[in-house]
Amino acid sequence: MSGAPSLAQRFAARSDGAKLLIPYLMAGAEDSWLESIEAVIEAGADAVEVGLPFSDPIIDGPTIEDAGNRSLARGTTAHDVLAALGTRSWGAPLVVMTYYNVIAHMGHERFAGMATDAGVSGAIIPDLSLEEIGPWAETADDRGIATVMLVAPSTSPERTVRICDRSRGFVYAVARMGVTGERAEIGDEASAVVDKVAAATSLPACVGIGVSNAEQARQVSRVADGVVVGSALVRRLAEGAGPEGAAAFVASLRQAIDA
Amino acid sequence: MTMMGDPGPTGRFGEFGGRFVPEPLMPACVELEQAFREAWSDQTFVDEYRRLLVEFGGRPTPITPCRRLSEELGVTLLLKREDLAHTGSHKINNVVGQALLTKRMGKPKMIAETGAGQHGVASATAAALMGLECTVYMGEVDTQRQQLNVFRMELLGATVHPVTSGSRTLKDAVNEAMRTWVSEVDDTHYCLGSVMGPHPFPWMVREFQRVIGVEAREQMEAGGHGEPDLVVACVGGGSNAAGIFSGFVDTDARLVGVEAAGGAAIMTGSPGVLHGMRSQLIQDDEGQITEAHSISAGLDYPGIGPEHAHLADSGRATYEKAGDIEVLEALQLLSSREGIIPALETAHALAWVVREAGGQIPHGSTVLVNLSGRGDKDVAQVRDILRGES
Repeated sequence: MSGAPSLAQRFAARSDGAKLLIPYLMAGAEDSWLESIEAVIEAGADAVEVGLPFSDPIIDGPTIEDAGNRSLARGTTAHDVLAALGTRSWGAPLVVMTYYNVIAHMGHERFAGMATDAGVSGAIIPDLSLEEIGPWAETADDRGIATVMLVAPSTSPERTVRICDRSRGFVYAVARMGVTGERAEIGDEASAVVDKVAAATSLPACVGIGVSNAEQARQVSRVADGVVVGSALVRRLAEGAGPEGAAAFVASLRQAIDA
Repeated sequence: MTMMGDPGPTGRFGEFGGRFVPEPLMPACVELEQAFREAWSDQTFVDEYRRLLVEFGGRPTPITPCRRLSEELGVTLLLKREDLAHTGSHKINNVVGQALLTKRMGKPKMIAETGAGQHGVASATAAALMGLECTVYMGEVDTQRQQLNVFRMELLGATVHPVTSGSRTLKDAVNEAMRTWVSEVDDTHYCLGSVMGPHPFPWMVREFQRVIGVEAREQMEAGGHGEPDLVVACVGGGSNAAGIFSGFVDTDARLVGVEAAGGAAIMTGSPGVLHGMRSQLIQDDEGQITEAHSISAGLDYPGIGPEHAHLADSGRATYEKAGDIEVLEALQLLSSREGIIPALETAHALAWVVREAGGQIPHGSTVLVNLSGRGDKDVAQVRDILRGES
């Protein structure tokens, strides 16, 4: 069942200056992962990043890696996740996040086709670099899957332009040089990355990697167009927060961002 | 592209290779490629590298004819003795090159991954030589299996970081080293141990191992052995094989890589993307990487260097398998007949030669085997297996 708004539709509806909130959770890590997606949308998420587990997640820290391993141990497959997402209709766009081998192994056409059928709006594939993305990007564009690309503190301004040109939906601004995971402080590298992206594109710049709590989300939302929160939510779900706990956390982020 | 030449800016070997890394690491890969390209065409750098391989690394390593075994097998068997290089394997060739490059790039720190510990020990050695800070990532399972190597690295001044994620073996050590590299890339070089990973590593590591093939070719001629009919090497990631193959790729010699039966990426794998490269991988129906298992930790890697995947595709090299039992037998055979205890990894190449002499290898053939490492590190394990204690 499709019907979720596209990223562009959803983000246009927020062009009043309100900042975007994009929580991440790992598909299949808990029994109630589908309910958790619904709950965080109810609680004010503008889009949800849905992780498809991979055995060797090199940009993820221990929290998300553990969730992925838990999910794999429960027998989760990309095919099952996409099929499950297709059984419901969603009030916000879904963006799948996974590593390229999962997609390459299924085949670009088949993956994009299943994702479209499932109502998925976008994809984040962190290890698929600008130099290697060509064949996938063509398929994704044809199918209307927005491929969101990463810009890092180490990315040159010239390269940022080329990445933003190839990015769809929004640009994922990597807040710091490091893997996903909660941090005590959010550094000031984030605003420099956002500035680079803003100079290169009119797409929203959403900051992720290391945003751990409501206060950090608030800080980041002051400089960026949106905020991605992953490990902090994934940890709460791993600790048994369930859909209600996930909703409460996301509501607190929403409140901090909108305040 | 000429066979085993410069893969160019995209780092492609046929359909394999490339650079599949998260954006934060892309600039570092580009910087490394430029630095290596410049250094490798700078005679001062090349001279320094060669001088260190001689003065410190113990090169050139000899070629040893196996007189007794040749007679038994009905072939002329010759060994390129990388076991006699400093630290006991070919690994020193690569780490000396990368440590020199680390200095040249002005980076004070080096990180490395290791499985059995050979590359970790070699990295720690080169770091000590150059005055670099060195951290080695090693699966927790491997730190327990290879406690002596952990201590060796510590003696050499390195820090050993046990990796507790995933299967806690070599592939997880690579994951962890890459994660660390992302956050410390400004002052840290990742000294990858084999012809794998994102461009330029497969090319750069092969170039640092090319010395094996160049020397062997000259020594075969100078020693009156003629051109080999076969050149055989064991393959995990494939650096020792790439090194010796590169010296003979333009000859008529048959090139044979021997994989561990439980980790045979080319024989039993399929194309995929892992650790920054497209290559042949051992994976399940969903594209999840599975663990490799063999008697030798150094071959327990679920992938293979992309250039080997291409050499296999193009038919220039062929890849075969050897199982644990015949590997143990080959190790004992070389030890008792020739007075050389090979590493378990290396014994895979010998096991295939022993099995195929008179079969795939016609009697009377001249067979050059890269004796990539010595077996001291494996003696306790082999004793336990032979006594039925493991």
